[in-house]
Amino acid sequence: MIRPDAPVLLEIKDLHARVEDKAILKGVNLTVRAGEIHAVMGRNGSGKSTLSKVLAGHPAYTVTAGAVSYRGQDLLALDPELRARIGVFLGFQYPVEIPGVSNLEFLRVATNARRAEQGGEELDTFAFEDLVRERLNVVQMDPAFLDRSVNEGFSGGEKKRNEILQMALLEPLVAILDETDSGLDIDALRIVAGGVNQLANADNATVLITHYQRLLDAITPDYVHVMAAGRILRTGGKELALELEERGYDWVDQELAAQAPVPLEVA
Amino acid sequence: MAASLTAPMALADWTQQWLKGLPVVDGRLAAVQQRGREALAELPVPSSRQEDWRFTDLGLLAGLDGTLASSPRDAGLPPGAPGVLRLVLDGRSDPLEGVALPAGLAPLSDSELSQALGHTLAATACEHHWPVELNHAAAQQVLALRVASRSSLSLELVSTQAAGLLPLRVLLVLEEKAELELCQFASARGAGLTSLVLEAHLGRGARLNHGMVALGRNDAALLAHLAIEQEPESSATLATVAAGWGLARFEPRIRQVDGSASTTLRGLQVVDHRQVADTHSHISFSGPEGELDQLHKAVAAGQGRSVFNGAVRVPREAQRTNAAQLSRTLLLSDRARIDTKPELEIVADDVKCAHGATVSCLQTDELFYLQSRGIAADQASALLKRAFCEEVLRDLPGAARQWCRFEHLLASA
Ligand SMILES: Nc1ncnc2c1ncn2[C@@H]1O[C@H](COP(=O)(O)OP(=O)(O)O)[C@@H](O)[C@H]1O
Ligand SMILES: [Mg+2]
Repeated sequence: MIRPDAPVLLEIKDLHARVEDKAILKGVNLTVRAGEIHAVMGRNGSGKSTLSKVLAGHPAYTVTAGAVSYRGQDLLALDPELRARIGVFLGFQYPVEIPGVSNLEFLRVATNARRAEQGGEELDTFAFEDLVRERLNVVQMDPAFLDRSVNEGFSGGEKKRNEILQMALLEPLVAILDETDSGLDIDALRIVAGGVNQLANADNATVLITHYQRLLDAITPDYVHVMAAGRILRTGGKELALELEERGYDWVDQELAAQAPVPLEVA
Repeated sequence: MAASLTAPMALADWTQQWLKGLPVVDGRLAAVQQRGREALAELPVPSSRQEDWRFTDLGLLAGLDGTLASSPRDAGLPPGAPGVLRLVLDGRSDPLEGVALPAGLAPLSDSELSQALGHTLAATACEHHWPVELNHAAAQQVLALRVASRSSLSLELVSTQAAGLLPLRVLLVLEEKAELELCQFASARGAGLTSLVLEAHLGRGARLNHGMVALGRNDAALLAHLAIEQEPESSATLATVAAGWGLARFEPRIRQVDGSASTTLRGLQVVDHRQVADTHSHISFSGPEGELDQLHKAVAAGQGRSVFNGAVRVPREAQRTNAAQLSRTLLLSDRARIDTKPELEIVADDVKCAHGATVSCLQTDELFYLQSRGIAADQASALLKRAFCEEVLRDLPGAARQWCRFEHLLASA
């Protein structure tokens, strides 16, 4: 839902980032207001996951220029755990398996860290079990997954549901969901999309990174951005996604070539 | 470097001095003491020149007071499981004195003892090992118990080593289809040495589940031989957790006398500061269709040193043996050292023998995933370290699981 007067939650300005010696983000600009759903599309390797990881604070990526503010605060100055506690959530493209750490305990520790930041009281194991059982419904997940190790041996779809379960517990204000639809069959896609729709409201915002129109059939974006070579090349409404579906990404190459060449970065 | 050259000399001197200071041979172990003392007077002390001691320096012992420790009773011992008999081993008094043993558990008579004592050490070819002879020379008491056929029992053994030497000798005979869950707690409260020699003979179809938690300190050493003989269809599970010892050496020695038995070994050793922990396990299959499932884990922090050597012997008569051994180390410091080596000797041709060794650090992606959910970096790494240990901790039986609070293991790691 677009409301021009809604508060800006996330503002990315001319963001440049590299991994090791390789420049990947080359000037990303994006403004996200409360209530909005954004879709970021683009070919493999265009830098979508890098953008999401930079926003979450992954140590492998170095920001070389630009700024990100989250509700007026310098996001890039914060440790990853602080970003999460104040309401920035990254749904991983490849959720990490952590053998030996119980999913239930992990969810409880994470939820309490977020609650403490918001001035809420810590949930003991019993209170948390009640909460988590209720939130399991959002993604129609079997409670048996709580007793397993974090993501260990989960199928692709189960991992993605576990990501949305975490989102349902942490109630972020900005959720960046990186290819949450990949590896899902039709039913799982419907469930996951339903969960995201349920969690979206006028006070929060969602950034969906995806390849496919089919997710956007289930979650209607307010804006669609096309990313190429580390920048947002074009922004439009939901019809831009349909156009991409029809025409593919070849035009992106032409548009890139037509633009002033990006100066070569010297390592 | 100079230290490791002088250490054997210092240790040899220490040993000879120590032998002189021992009380006169006495009691029902008199003959054993005599033999041990004679052997120690002759045996070269372990040094890095011996393959089995290549990485493990016993220099710490040379600084110890070798007199028998007066072991404090009830000193900070962990709670036991309700209804389970607990025996306190103090090295001096008879652990069975004033104790009413439950049905199915009986002390060995003197004649049974003289027959059985040392049998399993010989069968597992370790009766002349230096740490075993040291125990022979010094042990004043032996806890010798028989578990009657078809009975099922639980038992706890606890010991606290004060300054000095605490020699512990245990002999268990499990009759046919007898079952014993044995939780053992060994701790150190002073500069000293805990010397443990445990022998167990498992009759046909018997089950032993031994869980040991050994929590030491920088100026204390633990030398432990756990020797098990298994008749067919028996099952032995040994889970050992050791942390905090200046020096800890475990030698589980298992022999499946006619194969067809099952052995499960779980080990976790944690080293920090300048601690050394060394596990030399030795499993031999003297018959077909034996099974081994072994997982050894180590956490190495600070300038700690962790050694694992896993010998598995599968001779020609041990066809259709199924053995799996895995050693995994979590390296928390670039100054810690790890030496891990499988030592498979397989002659039989129709066997399954899997082995592997991994060394890893805390994984950046796992840490980041936890952090990205609001979990602080130090809490995230504590969760991951605990997860690493959990795979062994969860296999500790009975009360031993509670004795081993993870926080104690990795207080500083
Ligand atoms: N940790 C990394 N190490 C090396 N190269 C990386 C790393 N992360 C991303 N890249 C590279 O950056 C480019 C963008 O990757 P990514 O952000 O994953 O793209 P997308 O998500 O759009 O497919 C790719 O060329 C990829 O190989
Ligand atoms: Mg990606």
